[in-house]
Amino acid sequence: MIYSVVGHYSLILGLCVGIILIFFSIQNFKNSNQLDTKILSFSFLQLLFVLISFLALIISFVISDFSNETVFNNSHTTKPLFYKISGTWGNHEGSLLLWLLVLTLFIFIFLLRTKNQPIKYKILTLSFQQVIIIGFFLFLIQTSNPFNYLFPVPDEGLGLNPILQDPALAIHPPILYLGYVGSSIIFSSALAATTLKMVSTSWAIHIKKWVLISWIFLTVGILLGSIWAYYELGWGGFWFWDPVENVSLMPWLALTTLLHCILVLERKEILTSWVIILSIATFTLSMCGTFLVRSGILNSVHTFANDPERGLFILIFLFALIFMSLFIFFFFHHSSKNNSSNFFWLSKETSILVNNWFMMYFLSVVLIGTVYPIFLDVISYQKISVGPPFYHKLIAPFLIPFLFAMAIGPRLKWIRSDLKDKIYLIFLLIISILISFFIVKNFNTNILINTILISSAFYLFFITLKDFFNTKYKNFAQNTAHFGFSLLILSILFNNLFSSEIITNLKVGETYDNSKTKIVFESINQKKEKNYKSIIANFKITNSEGINNNLSPELRLYNQPNITTSEADIKTTLTKDKFIVINLVQNQDYFNVRYQVKPFMLWIWLSVIMISMGGLVSFLQKRI
Amino acid sequence: MKKKLIKYPIILIFLIIFVVFYKSLKDTNIYTPETKINYDIPIFSADLLLLNENLTSTEIFELDKFYLLNIWASWCVPCRDEHSILMTLSKNNKLNIIGMNYKDNKKNAKSFLDELGNPYQKIIVDKNGTNSIEWGAYGVPETFIIYNNKILKKYIGPLNQELFAEIQKIIK
Amino acid sequence: MKIFKKFIIIILLLTFNNLYANENSERNEITKNLRCLICQGQSVYDSDSDFANSMKILVDKKLEEGLTEKEIYNYFKKKYGDWILYDPGLNKNTYLLWLLPILIFLFGGAIIFKSFILKK
Repeated sequence: MIYSVVGHYSLILGLCVGIILIFFSIQNFKNSNQLDTKILSFSFLQLLFVLISFLALIISFVISDFSNETVFNNSHTTKPLFYKISGTWGNHEGSLLLWLLVLTLFIFIFLLRTKNQPIKYKILTLSFQQVIIIGFFLFLIQTSNPFNYLFPVPDEGLGLNPILQDPALAIHPPILYLGYVGSSIIFSSALAATTLKMVSTSWAIHIKKWVLISWIFLTVGILLGSIWAYYELGWGGFWFWDPVENVSLMPWLALTTLLHCILVLERKEILTSWVIILSIATFTLSMCGTFLVRSGILNSVHTFANDPERGLFILIFLFALIFMSLFIFFFFHHSSKNNSSNFFWLSKETSILVNNWFMMYFLSVVLIGTVYPIFLDVISYQKISVGPPFYHKLIAPFLIPFLFAMAIGPRLKWIRSDLKDKIYLIFLLIISILISFFIVKNFNTNILINTILISSAFYLFFITLKDFFNTKYKNFAQNTAHFGFSLLILSILFNNLFSSEIITNLKVGETYDNSKTKIVFESINQKKEKNYKSIIANFKITNSEGINNNLSPELRLYNQPNITTSEADIKTTLTKDKFIVINLVQNQDYFNVRYQVKPFMLWIWLSVIMISMGGLVSFLQKRI
Repeated sequence: MKKKLIKYPIILIFLIIFVVFYKSLKDTNIYTPETKINYDIPIFSADLLLLNENLTSTEIFELDKFYLLNIWASWCVPCRDEHSILMTLSKNNKLNIIGMNYKDNKKNAKSFLDELGNPYQKIIVDKNGTNSIEWGAYGVPETFIIYNNKILKKYIGPLNQELFAEIQKIIK
Repeated sequence: MKIFKKFIIIILLLTFNNLYANENSERNEITKNLRCLICQGQSVYDSDSDFANSMKILVDKKLEEGLTEKEIYNYFKKKYGDWILYDPGLNKNTYLLWLLPILIFLFGGAIIFKSFILKK
């Protein structure tokens, strides 16, 4: 009770500080010899207020204070402490508060760590960031206050959705938000730099760190979500092209493009307009994602409770930001008219342009695929679904030239170059094609497209692999990321091609047997946990080589709320995952058993980690 | 100069996006298949629940009468709510009520009928749920009004007093 | 290096040879493309709801009856509308959906070529 009051008022105080900060910024901007110390201390104060508010919410969750509506809706006394805490940001209100916390934290760090940049620029960035922060404060207090009071105080809460009670999902939102919010810093600082006409190489070097930070967090955040979907939600799938997933992929694509563009801008003052547009787009897409998810206008597996009023607020806020940035862009930005934007066709610049070109294409596919059903519904009242086949058809063919460009591009020099070791490159190409052909040949799948796709991935794989041993080649970070990407594509392709599965209905004691695999449903155990009852089924699986595996998938019957979840049992090895899941069938005494062998699952996760490690290396390394 | 020309289309595009998003906020996003009416009933054959017989669709809907097909199950809670309405409807001799027992177990289904009464003339069994998909249904309860082998009307979810009046009007 | 590559080839071939093709893979392909109507945003293949399980059985039945993949899609489309298909075929509702990304790609290519490579 007392914590809710503290939390609520410290939110309002935080909002007030935001307004005061804007006021100080305007004053300081007029006579900007040095940064007003008041600005720094008030930013800290704002961070403190949000932190207090956030801690108050956590404490309300921990002590199960059901006079707080958010706690009542999302918690329960029997829930383990860990999920009581993670439940804080597992809901709409709490996650927005977390978002606000990260916003204020990042701008404070930005003010502290930014040196060697004009005072005016710092102040202006702060002001733009405060506009976003104030927007979020208003949103939180107006439409989704996490500290709403309930009277009479209920005895028991409604509980957290069991599928959200999971360690990966407990840390997934915070990490993803770090990525999203990092992009807000890029947004504010790009607007500030545009206004002051200082989009230049030195700005690029300075903002690159922030781009890298948000990129790393976004990558890891998406990875965690995907891992969670793999073992909790999906029956062996890890990416469903679900709107909510797409919405996190879009800022990632924009950010990756921006990262590559910054590399050019670091060296040469070209592509300035493009960098600004991308900086704006990244954050706008993050916000747009929030809108699409929270307003509930999309059908998705993971929907938050939604409320049209919230949707309306985010929509207006989103478009206010878009129009503000459009105004600033058109009004202040004039691209320099020097002739240096003339590239030789075979140079690193061109290859980065090609990267941008493809990335923008992928982004447009994801964006259009996600929002097209909404447009069609509004315009012609036709309802259609856009699912995985659409994305596969439009993305897979374009991946081939993209992968080749990724292999060749980094080997080119700036400004003008020609390829060295041509024979070697062609030799590797032939090797890749041969390997791919031999692999694909064994399966009567679509040979041509698979061979080409796998060859291009192998090509990138071999070239980046070789470059690790090349002492002349210094860009370790880039090479790691590209190598990781080739590994990712290869693992996904092999995973798709060579997965196999058995779906059958079994009673206890029964055996399923085909020529390759034998599944024995040995026994069933029951266990009672604090907030759920679990039914554990024990299977013995023998494959054609006579290797036995014991797998025990589980059904959990949660009491609060009353939901049954299936917990898959997964045996992970270096080359393949064995995945088994059972389900209850209505009114039957047998279980629906689903057994899958999924090769290279582990490598999908490892390769994404490797990609983000590339980012981390680049972040830590001093610029040469 | 070129920039000026580009400016207005871009602003216009964003305005359109805004309007579309705004409008879609107002609509619900829960999808229900459109209730196409006046299409032929599917052809199928099914076992009966209470008798040891197998009937084809033409045998079931052979008479020149109104038929009401109700998909139900003993485990479905809303089915209990609408059952009294079905009982009242069953008194109308212009209407033949056919039940489709969805993914149920025979014993439970029978005790359900013993407890609440049996409004159905015939009850066909849909053991694995495929028959109801043939009908274009996607859950329980669902109700179809059939005349002359054509589906006149389809109701998703339990019947209520309002729908009861509507059905009375149709079969008049 | 060469030995290393040969080694990779051998490993890969060995790994894959003992993997087997799916049974009922055709059914899986089809159900991956059907949307489960009662579980928002999941395919019939991914879902284990009652509705999805019945759909799987029905798809098997239709395959047994000798219907092709396309005929099965049409069958469900007639019953439940376009919504049930995850692959929006090319028709008057979806021209823009399929062509807009391609147009953007071509347009982007043209801009790059014109402003950075051709410009003298």
